[in-house]
Order: sequence, then C-alpha cells, then structure tokens
Amino acid sequence: MENSFLIKTKDLVKIYSIGWKKLAALDHVSLNFAKAEFTGVVGPSGSGKTTLLNIIGSLDVPTEGSAEVLGKKVEDLSNRQAAVLRNHSIGFIFQTFNLLPVYTVYENVEFPLLLLGLSADERKQKVIKALEWVDLVDRAKSKPAQLSGGECQRVAIARAVVKKPAIILADEPTANLDAENSHNILRTMEELNRELKTTFIFATHDEKVIRYVRRKITLVDGKVTKDEAMNPTKAEGIGQ
Amino acid sequence: MIKFLFKGLLRDRSRSLFPILTVFLGVLLTVVFYGWIQGALTNMIDANARFSTGHVKVMSRAYAKEVDQIPNDLAFIGVEKLTQDLRQQYPGLIWVSRIKFGGLLDIPDEQGETRDQGPVAGMAVDLFSAETREWDILNLADALVRGRLPEKKGEILIGEKYALQLNVEPGETATLISSTMYGSMAMANFTVAGTIRFGVTAMDRGAMIADISDIRAALNMEDAAGEILGLFNDFVYRDERAEEIKAAFNAGYAKDNDEFLPVMDTLPGQSGMADYLKLVGSMSVTVLVIYIIAMSIVLWNAGLMGSLRRYGEIGVRLAMGETKGHLYRSLISESLMVGFIGSVLGTAVGLAITYFLQEKGINISGMMKNASILFSDVMRARITPAIFFIGFLPGMMATFLGTSISGIGVYKRKTANLMKELEA
Repeated sequence: MENSFLIKTKDLVKIYSIGWKKLAALDHVSLNFAKAEFTGVVGPSGSGKTTLLNIIGSLDVPTEGSAEVLGKKVEDLSNRQAAVLRNHSIGFIFQTFNLLPVYTVYENVEFPLLLLGLSADERKQKVIKALEWVDLVDRAKSKPAQLSGGECQRVAIARAVVKKPAIILADEPTANLDAENSHNILRTMEELNRELKTTFIFATHDEKVIRYVRRKITLVDGKVTKDEAMNPTKAEGIGQ
Repeated sequence: MIKFLFKGLLRDRSRSLFPILTVFLGVLLTVVFYGWIQGALTNMIDANARFSTGHVKVMSRAYAKEVDQIPNDLAFIGVEKLTQDLRQQYPGLIWVSRIKFGGLLDIPDEQGETRDQGPVAGMAVDLFSAETREWDILNLADALVRGRLPEKKGEILIGEKYALQLNVEPGETATLISSTMYGSMAMANFTVAGTIRFGVTAMDRGAMIADISDIRAALNMEDAAGEILGLFNDFVYRDERAEEIKAAFNAGYAKDNDEFLPVMDTLPGQSGMADYLKLVGSMSVTVLVIYIIAMSIVLWNAGLMGSLRRYGEIGVRLAMGETKGHLYRSLISESLMVGFIGSVLGTAVGLAITYFLQEKGINISGMMKNASILFSDVMRARITPAIFFIGFLPGMMATFLGTSISGIGVYKRKTANLMKELEA
C-alpha cells in the first residue's frame, strides 16, 4: 500500500521568517495521497493550505521533513528538475484563472503542450479532447475576455488536464464563481478525476467544494487536525 | 513556440507597437545619419580629388612641403616625360598635370585702362590635347553658366560670381597679372569664353580656368607643372590601392635627397584630409553607440513595464513548469523579433529618405560662404551597401540589451510566492 501513494509527506515543516519573527506555516504534517484521490484541504486563512500545495507542487521546499511526489523528493530537486516535474506531472488551477489574455481558448490550452515539445498534430488532438472534456469546443477561437467566469475556469481546467498530469492542484478554484458555475466546474473536475484517474487536491474553504470531495483534510495553524473520508453530497450544493 | 510568441506579439500592441516604434525611429535615424555622413564624405573626397588632391598627387618634394602656398618656383620640370611614365606604370589611373596660380585679373575698358580688377585663384588644366580627360574630371560642360566653353588657346573660363563682381561679359578681354616661375612679373591677355559655377564655394570664389599651355607660356613654366594628379578611372577612391601606388612610386626615389625629385601622396594625406576622415569616422561610431545606449535604456524600461504587465503570465508559465531559462530565452526571442521588425521598417523608411536626400540634396551654400574646404554647395546623402544592414546593429543590439537586463527579473522571481501572487 505504501508504494501506491503518489504523494507522501513526512513531518513536513515550513517556517517563514517575517522580520525577526519565525512563523510555522506547516508543523510536522505527514500525509499520503493515492492515485485518483479527490481531496480537499480545508482550514481558515493562514492555516497552511497553500503552503502545502506549494510544496506538493514543487514550487517551494520544506524547512524540515520530506515531501515525495511521484517518487521524487521535492527538497532535493533543483529549480530545473522541479520545473520539469511540474511540466510533466502537475497541473495547476488558480482562483483567478490566470489565462493568457492575448491568446485564444485553444492557444491557452495548447501552451503546456508547447512546453512539452509535442508535434502540432499531437497538440491539436489533445487540445480538442481537453476542450471536449470541459465542453468548450465551440469557444475555441474566443479570447478570455469574451468568456464568462465559469467558462474561464473551465479553460483553466482544460489547460491543467490537457497534458494528463498525475496530479492537479487547485487553489480556491470556485472562489470567484457563483453557485451554479461552481457546481458545473466541480462536476467537470470530478468526471475528469474518474475518467483520467487524476489526483485532485483542493485548497479551499468553500463548502460547495467540500461537498464534492471524497477526503477532507483539516489544517489549523499548520497542523493536521482532522483527516476524514467523505461521502460526497454534491446535489445539495446547487443553487446555494 | 516561435510562432506562438509571434502571435502574442502581434496581438499585444503594448508589447510590440511601442518597442517596434522605438527601434524603428532609432534605426531610421541611424540609416539616414549614416547615409548623410557617407554622402558628406563622398562629396568631400570627390570635390577634393577632382579639384585639388587627386586620388594621388605627384609634386616635387620642395613644392609638397609648402603646397598650401602654391610655390610655383618649386614646381618640377620635365613633366611630360614623368606623366607619360606614370601613364605607362599605372594605367588604371588618369594622370593630369595642373598649375595653380594666383594673381590679379584686370578687366580693361575700351581705352585699355583698368575698368575692374580683382584677385584670382587660377587653375591651369589641359583643355585641348587629344588625350585630355579634364573636361570629365572638372565636369566643365555642366558647370558652364554663360557664354561657351573654350575652343582655342587664349580663352579662359571664370567663376560666374566673380564675373558679376568684375562686371565682365563673355567675349571680353581679361589680363592676368602674376609672377613667373622665376619670380619676375608676368602679364598675359585672355578672352573670357564663358562663366562657370562648380557649386563648390571654395572653388567658385575668384575662379579662373585656363589651358595649361597658355599658363606655361605666361608664367614661363615650359614643360613644368606644380602638380600631377592621378585619379582612378571610375573616379572612386580606393585607399588600399592608392597607398600601394604611393609606396611603390616613392620607393623609386627613396635613395636620392634632391628636393626637386617627385614625391607622391594619397588623398587622405593631403590638406589634413586624413584628420577629417578620422573625425567623421569617430563621430559616426560615437553617434551609433549613443543610439544603442539610448535605445537600450528606452527598451529596458519598456521591458520592465512589459514585465509588470505580464507579471501574471510569467508567473503562470513558471507554475506550469516552464524553466526560468526557457522563459528568459523566450523573452529574448520576442525582443529579437521586435528588433528585427523595427530594424526592417526603420531601414526601409530610412533608405527611402536617404534616397530622396541623395537625389535632391540640401543646399548649404549659405553656410559655406567663407569656407576654404572643397565641398559641394548641395550636400547629398549616399546609399552604400553598408546602409542596408547598418541599422540592424543598434536595432537588434538595443532590443537584446534592453530585454536582457529587464528579463533578469524572471530569475529573481520566487516560485514559492507564485500561488499567492497569482491569487492577487
């Protein structure tokens, strides 16, 4: 069982220095994440959710302890190796979408594939498929400014899943969306999770998201206070 | 990837239009400035070569030492043979003998008394021999303003402005009062065939053109000349070849100390021309470097502004796994595209303006009233092969430098803060 985990953290500690003051964002966090998990990390602001995602996403390194992602120890990776890990295996979804405004929907989704150096034919195939997953094929030529918030977030999802990464990290993905759009987005992500067996980890305090996840990890002051299996009750989220 | 970046550039005017305009203007100025300097240099070299220095010039050593005083008493004798020898030895050049002289030109009235008189700066050239090329060298047909060109001995041309000052009309008689080669007084009558204007203020001021045999007779300079000018057949100066000829010619007389033996000098070696050429060359380089620095600073700022505008884009690209090196190189690639487009446009428009200035020119005679330098009154630019790529140097270099400096921010960006930054 131990080896089947995609992500393993052991006694993870992250300390930030703010002037002369030291602040522990993560305090001995030990967690494992298996393939195809659909997990929410919840907790109040400053509880360490984003820091945990940062380290799992190889954007940051722990002060102490260990974080192993897809068999690679994050703390041992060089900047370049970390970038390669993100490029090949990790997708990101942000609260504010962060689409490239001058490019079309198609081109935004295509961008990660350009970084992977795929051929034009391969890229086209994968982009169309990704746009089909998020039901945006008909908006392929639109620019982000011409899309609604929900559509933008679906483009961001397509951009994250187009390279079929093993892990997708989503930081407050529904924070800028209304209830209906949030539901649609979460349903899309859940379908992708089932279909592609991609591990989704959300950092959120949105109740709508929590209703969808199958595992909920609660962080308070950098410590895991609860790690529980959930029974998704997504239908209740609609319209709330 | 390049295509992808190019699309972004085309669509995002703020990251293409302003930098392209900056490069465009810088390149345009560089091209026009370079063409203008080339035109000025060519103009100066050409006017000096045709009227004064030749591409190479042979004088007696003694004459050469005091050439600015036109010391005809130090001119060499036996010019015909020396000219023939030069023609045989160096057939790629046109060889012409000239005598420069000064004096007074006296215009008599009907009774033979002085009506008008003025100082004259004369030049005796071969007008009538079968092999003469002076008509082409001095472009006399185009220079003629009134009257006609000399057709027989005893006829002279004088400057149009000078003729107006002396109130002399074509067909009238003029008396040259000067001194012979041996220092005694010389007087000779000529008929003014026509008036001329070379468009070179220093030449037109008190100019008189006479046949060399007439002046030899008048100044007692039989088979003598102050100078023998050599010009390349196509009238284009070639410094390396001229230096070779000079070295070979002078080597033949190196062992003898006689100060009346001939000595050869090249165009840049005479009248401080080398200093002029060096000055113009260093000015060109200075201006080019200033353009590069100024444009680099502007483009550096544009790059910094662009980095601020594209803060989110750069962050998301780093988060997606683009390496900092790749991102930095892509910014450089974009800037090179901008530099290339700006350079092509700047060169094209610069060439058009330079062509216009080459064809039309600008009349600067007002600034040349007291000039002693031989310089055409109408200053023209000149298109040379180098002008087609000279603008690319500041265009590409400035964009490259500007982006290289502003792009360093990419390396300073901490990926650990990306999540927070991208939520902002």
